[in-house]
Amino acid sequence: MSAARSANKTAETLTKQELEAQKRARRAELKERHVAWRKKYFASLKYSFYVMSHPFDGFWDLVHEQRGTLAAAHTFLILFLLTRVIKLMCTSFQFISAPIQYINVFEEMGSLLLPFLILCLANWAMTTLFDGKGRFKDIYMGMCYAMVPYVLIQLPMTFISNMLSVDEGSLYSVMLSFSVIWCLFLVFVGLMEIHDYGPGKTFIFLIVTVVGASVILFLMLTFFSLLSDAASYFVSLYRETIFRLN
Amino acid sequence: MKRENGRDIRVKGIKLALCALLILALLAAEGLAMADDGFSTSYTYTYDYWEDPQESPDAYRVAVMIDSNTLGLENLENTRINRAQSLYVRGDMLYICDTYNNRILEIRRKGETFSLIRVIREMAGAEINTFDMPYDVFVDADGNIYVADFNHYRVTMMDKNLNWVRDYTKPADATFDQSLNFLPKKLVVDVAGRVYALCQNVNKGLVKYEADGSFSGFIGANEVSITMGEYIWKRYFQTKEQRAQTANFVPTEYENCYIDEEGFIYATNTVFSEYDLKWDNAKPIRRLNSLGKDILIKNDRYPPIGDLNWSEGSDSAGPSKFTDITVMDNDIYVALDRNRGRLFGYDSQGVLLWAFGTKGNVEGAFTGAISVEHMGKDLLVLDQLKNSVTVFETTEYGQTIYEATEAYLRGEYDESADLWRDVLRMNANYPLAFRGIGRAILRQNRYEEAMDYFELAHDVDNYGRAYKLYRKEWVEKNVWWMMLILAAVLIIPLAIGRVRKMKWEVSEHERSKIRK
Repeated sequence: MSAARSANKTAETLTKQELEAQKRARRAELKERHVAWRKKYFASLKYSFYVMSHPFDGFWDLVHEQRGTLAAAHTFLILFLLTRVIKLMCTSFQFISAPIQYINVFEEMGSLLLPFLILCLANWAMTTLFDGKGRFKDIYMGMCYAMVPYVLIQLPMTFISNMLSVDEGSLYSVMLSFSVIWCLFLVFVGLMEIHDYGPGKTFIFLIVTVVGASVILFLMLTFFSLLSDAASYFVSLYRETIFRLN
Repeated sequence: MKRENGRDIRVKGIKLALCALLILALLAAEGLAMADDGFSTSYTYTYDYWEDPQESPDAYRVAVMIDSNTLGLENLENTRINRAQSLYVRGDMLYICDTYNNRILEIRRKGETFSLIRVIREMAGAEINTFDMPYDVFVDADGNIYVADFNHYRVTMMDKNLNWVRDYTKPADATFDQSLNFLPKKLVVDVAGRVYALCQNVNKGLVKYEADGSFSGFIGANEVSITMGEYIWKRYFQTKEQRAQTANFVPTEYENCYIDEEGFIYATNTVFSEYDLKWDNAKPIRRLNSLGKDILIKNDRYPPIGDLNWSEGSDSAGPSKFTDITVMDNDIYVALDRNRGRLFGYDSQGVLLWAFGTKGNVEGAFTGAISVEHMGKDLLVLDQLKNSVTVFETTEYGQTIYEATEAYLRGEYDESADLWRDVLRMNANYPLAFRGIGRAILRQNRYEEAMDYFELAHDVDNYGRAYKLYRKEWVEKNVWWMMLILAAVLIIPLAIGRVRKMKWEVSEHERSKIRK
C-alpha cells in the first residue's frame, strides 16, 4: 500500500519535473521564435530602403522571396497615415493652410486609408482575372512599401518647414513633389513586379483599377443607402405603431 | 379611478416629452436661423481667414433718419419723396434726387439736424427748363449742379443760382450707336469739369465729355465675359440660325460710379457669373484710371466682392450686388449691396474693415437700398422703397479703426499700433489689428513677438520677413556653440583615428622588436 503510494508519488514528482522541463523548453522555443520574428521584422523594415533604391529587384524579392513581412507593411501604412496628420498639424502656417480647428484626425486618416484599401482591393480583383501573379496580401504589402518615401521625406520636411521663410518655400514644395513622384514610381514598378506584368499592361491596369475602385464605391454607397432606407422603414413603422397605440 | 391615474401619468409624460421636443425644436430653429444663409444673426461682422463670418462690434450706429416728415415736405409741397434714386454730398450739403417727383432736394446739415434749403424743380434760361426722371445729381466745387435728366435725353448743367449753362446730349459720333436714345443714369464730374455719364444701353463704358460740352469718347469699357465652354459651344456646335438667335457676347454695363478725391472713378458692376467672383474675374468694384484701366489694389486673400458665401433659393440669394459706392478721404471705400441691404467697408488695400446691414423695416435696415454717400466719416444710405435717408455715425470701434488706418498711412506706426491695440480690446477677432501691431513691433526689431502677431493675422509675407530676421539673429547669437559642435563632430573622429593609428604603429613596433 505504502510502496504503491510512494511509487505513485515518484511518478507524480517525475511528471512534475517533466512538466517543468517541458514548460521551460516551450518557453525557450517561444523566446527563440519571438527573437527570430523580431529579427525578421527588423530585417523587413530595413529592406524598405533596398526597395526604395532598387525597386525592380526589391519588389520582386519582397513578394517572391518572402523578404517583406505584413507587420512591416502595417507599420509603414500607419506611419504614412501619421505623417499625413502630422503634416497637417505641424507644418509652418506659411506653407499649409489647414483649418486646424475643424480637422478630425481620424477622419483625415480614414480619408486616406479607405481609398488606399479600396484601390488595393480593386487592383487585386482586376489583376486576378488577367493572370496577375500577386495575391491581395502581396499587393497590399507592396503598396505599403511604396509609401515609404512619402514618410521619409515629408516627415522631416514638416519640421524643416518651420525653419524656412515663405521666400524659401520652393525648397519645401520641390521636396514634397519629389516624394510624391517617387511614391508613384514605386507604385508603378511594384505592381509591375508583383504581377509580373510589362509596363504597358501595368499602365492599363492602373486605369482599370481606378475604374474598379469607383465601381466598388458605387456599390458600397448603393448598399448603404438601401440599408439606411430599410432601417428608416422599420423605424417609421415602429413610430407609427407607437403613435397609434397612444 | 386607477386607470385614470395611469392616464394622467401618461399625459404628463407626453407633456414632458412635448416640452423637451419644443425646446429641441427651438434650439434647432436657432441653429437654422444662423445657418439659413450662412451668416450669424449679428448686425456687424467681418470675415476671418477661413472665410467664415465673425461677429464684431458695431462700427456704425444710426444717428438720424431723414424722410418726407422730418424735412417738412408734406406741408411745403404736399408731396412725399417718391422713389428717389440718388444722393450726393458736397461739404455739408446733401442733395436727394427725387426721381419720380422730377425734383432735386437741397438739404443742409447742422449737427444732427437736416433742414431743407430749396427744392430744385426748374432752371432759368433753358429751352426745356424742367426735369423728367432725373436719375442722378452732381455738384462741383463751384456749386454748379449737373443733373442726369433721363427722359429728356441729356445731362444738364446749371450754376448755383439755377441758371442753365449747357446740355450734354447724344454725341453725334460714329462710335455712339445713333439708333439708341441717350439715357444718362449716373454721372460724375472731375475737377477739370469733364463729365462722365453712365448711360442705359451703352456698354462701351462711361461717355466722356470735355468741359465745353464736346464728346470725347468712352472710357473703361467692361471686358466681355465668356467662358471657354460657351465659346466652343457657340462657335462649333450651333448652326448659323441658332447663333443669330442667341445674344451676342457683349460687355455689360456698369451699375454706378463715383469719383474720388484724386480723380479716379470707382465703378460697380452687378452683371457677372457667380463663379467668376472668387477668382477675381468679375471685379464688381473697379477703380478706373484715365485710360479706363482697373487699378484697384487687392492685397487680401479674397478680392472685394462683398459677402464670401451665400445661399441659393432664399429671397436674397446669390452674391452681393453693389448698387453704389462711395470713397472717403482716407481711401476707404464703402459699397452698398442692394441684394441684402448691407454695407461693406474696405481699406485702400482691399481688406474688409467691417460689413453691416440687413433687410427689414427697423432702423438701420433697408428694404430697397439704392445709394450711399459719405459726409466726413458718416454714411448716408438712401432707401428707394422707404423713401428715407439713414444717417450712420461711427461708433468708438469704427472710429478707432479709421484712426489706426490713417495713422499708418501717415507713417505714424507706433501710434497706429496703439490704436490697433484699442481695436483688439473691443474685437479680438480682427486680423488687421494683429497685422498693424506686428508691423509696428517689427520696426522696433522685436522679431519674435512680431512673428506671433503675424501668425495670428495669417500674414504669410510679413511673417516670412520677421522670421528671416529672427533666424539671422538667432544664428548670430548661437553660432559659437554650433561651431563648437561642428568642430567636435569633425575633430574628435579625426583625433580618435590618429590615436588609434599611433597605437597600432607602437604595437607593430613592439612586435617587430620581439620578433627580432
